Amino acid sequence: MAEIRVQNLRKAFGAFVAVQDSNFVVEDGEFFVMLGPSGCGKTTTLRMIAGLELPTGGKILLGGEDVTMRRARERDIAFVFQLFALYPHMNVRKNIGFPLLAQGMPAAEIRQRVEETAKLLRIDHLLDKSVSGLAGGDRQRVALGRAIVRRPKCFLMDEPLGTLDTEFRDLMVHELRELHNRIHATTVYVTHDQMEAMSMADKIAVMNHGVIEQFGTPREIYERPATMFVADFIGSPPMNFLKFGGGLAKGAKEIVVQGAKVAVPEVREDIAPADMALGIRPEHIRFDDGSKLRGAIYGTEYLGTTQIVAVETADGIIKARVPAGIHLSPGEQVGLTLSSARLSLFEKGSGRAVRTAMHDQAAEARHG
Amino acid sequence: MSLTTAHSVVAPSSNAKLIAGTIIVAYALISIVPLLWIFATSFKTPPDSIAYPPKIVFQPSIEGYCNLFTTRTRQTPEYINSLGPATGFCDETVRKRNMVIAGPSNFLPRFVNSLIIAFGSTFCAVFLGTLSAYGFSRFKVPLADDLLFFILSTRFMPPIAVAIPIYLMYRELGLSDTALGMILLYTAVNVSLAVWLLKGFIDEIPREYEEAAMIDGYTRLQAFWRTVLPQATTGIAATAIFCLIFAWNEYAFAALLTSGTAQTAPPFIPTIIGEGGQDWPAVAAGTTIFLVPILVFTILLRKQLLRGITFGAVRK
Repeated sequence: MAEIRVQNLRKAFGAFVAVQDSNFVVEDGEFFVMLGPSGCGKTTTLRMIAGLELPTGGKILLGGEDVTMRRARERDIAFVFQLFALYPHMNVRKNIGFPLLAQGMPAAEIRQRVEETAKLLRIDHLLDKSVSGLAGGDRQRVALGRAIVRRPKCFLMDEPLGTLDTEFRDLMVHELRELHNRIHATTVYVTHDQMEAMSMADKIAVMNHGVIEQFGTPREIYERPATMFVADFIGSPPMNFLKFGGGLAKGAKEIVVQGAKVAVPEVREDIAPADMALGIRPEHIRFDDGSKLRGAIYGTEYLGTTQIVAVETADGIIKARVPAGIHLSPGEQVGLTLSSARLSLFEKGSGRAVRTAMHDQAAEARHG
Repeated sequence: MSLTTAHSVVAPSSNAKLIAGTIIVAYALISIVPLLWIFATSFKTPPDSIAYPPKIVFQPSIEGYCNLFTTRTRQTPEYINSLGPATGFCDETVRKRNMVIAGPSNFLPRFVNSLIIAFGSTFCAVFLGTLSAYGFSRFKVPLADDLLFFILSTRFMPPIAVAIPIYLMYRELGLSDTALGMILLYTAVNVSLAVWLLKGFIDEIPREYEEAAMIDGYTRLQAFWRTVLPQATTGIAATAIFCLIFAWNEYAFAALLTSGTAQTAPPFIPTIIGEGGQDWPAVAAGTTIFLVPILVFTILLRKQLLRGITFGAVRK
């Protein structure tokens, strides 16, 4: 197992830049997820780490070794493809043993390793079956088996659950994470599904248009999104934005949104007057008739323990997650109270988050 | 299916099936009658084969096959009687017509030429075609579209249109009447078909298979050999059969460029001359035998052939 270090990685296809100056470090044994909408460059980054594409610029280090221009087969990595790429002309046993055959390992040893791997994945009863008859989840397990049988430096997975049914997918998310906890293999996992990313990752990089917008733990990314894109991409429903104007001074603890004063985490930098946005997670909104920030109920979405309430404000619709017990009827006027300590502030032009006490507290908590 | 089954909008009605069935049977009959006639003629005696009105019922004889494989000389009855007893069935048959077997005919060597040239050129066309198709399918080839169009353009005209330049070139190069020359020629004609057909098949094989193999420690050639080829067998078989049918049946080039040692069966068969004109039973016997290899090959690979014909009709 090894650490993966990506430095200033860049890939252009003609005039189109797929990946721009990416930098990140996946520590040894970490489960790292690259998350982003389709076309954001996450798969291209993964393929460059694998050696299936050569970068236009930058460096890739595997376990401290520069492998940027090495051939895929010289990198000692394993790759799980979205469509699994199980060889239809081989049975399960041969598929799993195929990477070992390349190393010229004796047949008896291959047999033993394949059986160990199959046991680990609980597919030992399928070894002599043809891969074409397997169910989606089992195909996935065989693909994983082919990856782990060789004990490579790291695993790369390209949306491996993308083609599975929801039912299988939840099961496999659980299994993948459990497998990772057992073998602690450095893993780079690409997906566009935030639930997969949030539930499995140690670290997440959120990508958009070839740029890594934020790199951090799932909690950091959810609670302190670095950009408006991340805030909008993560969370279901996503973060709400309410616009406000004027600059911010260091030390400010209050802003004015739609004529109402809203307490916010203490601002830790000076911002020149510009269009700004206040970011509020749906679960940080409560209904309070005393509040000056007002809106009318637009609709509700019942989810069992909670409900998502759409509220029409002067700045468009925002969504709140409140207990399902509250009865609301469309058109009803409500006041909104926001959990001040959890609010984010963004510069609308650049989309960048403003540094506040929330960030400093998190940094202190990490170091203290 | 019971009568209560709901009427399907996609399944053909029973009337349509009946009409389609009738057309297919009629077409099959029309196609098979000449073949049956040739097969029947091969078992007729020379007088029966040219009888008028034509004989449908006749006494079968293998004289045609005897004549096909032998050359004979006419002798006087006295000479024939002076010989010992006939050594075989054919010997006996020809003696009845006052002839003795002088030696083997050229049919067998010509048939062997056909086998060597047709299978040799098919192998070359499919081999080259597979490699080029893989290259066009997987790599960024400069001017790939133009090159593919150029390859296809060699089929815009009937191959025989270039017969005269080829004839002159082959005479200069010493390739006239050689098996190598014919293999090269048929390969050149077939390779364009092979490239186009196989490119389609290889395009359909996801690249992930090779990528997976290359990550797992194989070179590109090994990955091609172990993952692409096994999955391209259907396409290769379909392509091989198309190439083989062309090379096996080709008449015009063979007639023009081969006359002796490298002559194939198609130009040889019509030249079989018997007593007082064309020996029709022998010609029919030659044709019947000539049909066998291609028939066997086609039956063995019929599934692939069908897939080759309907290829691309249904998007997966």
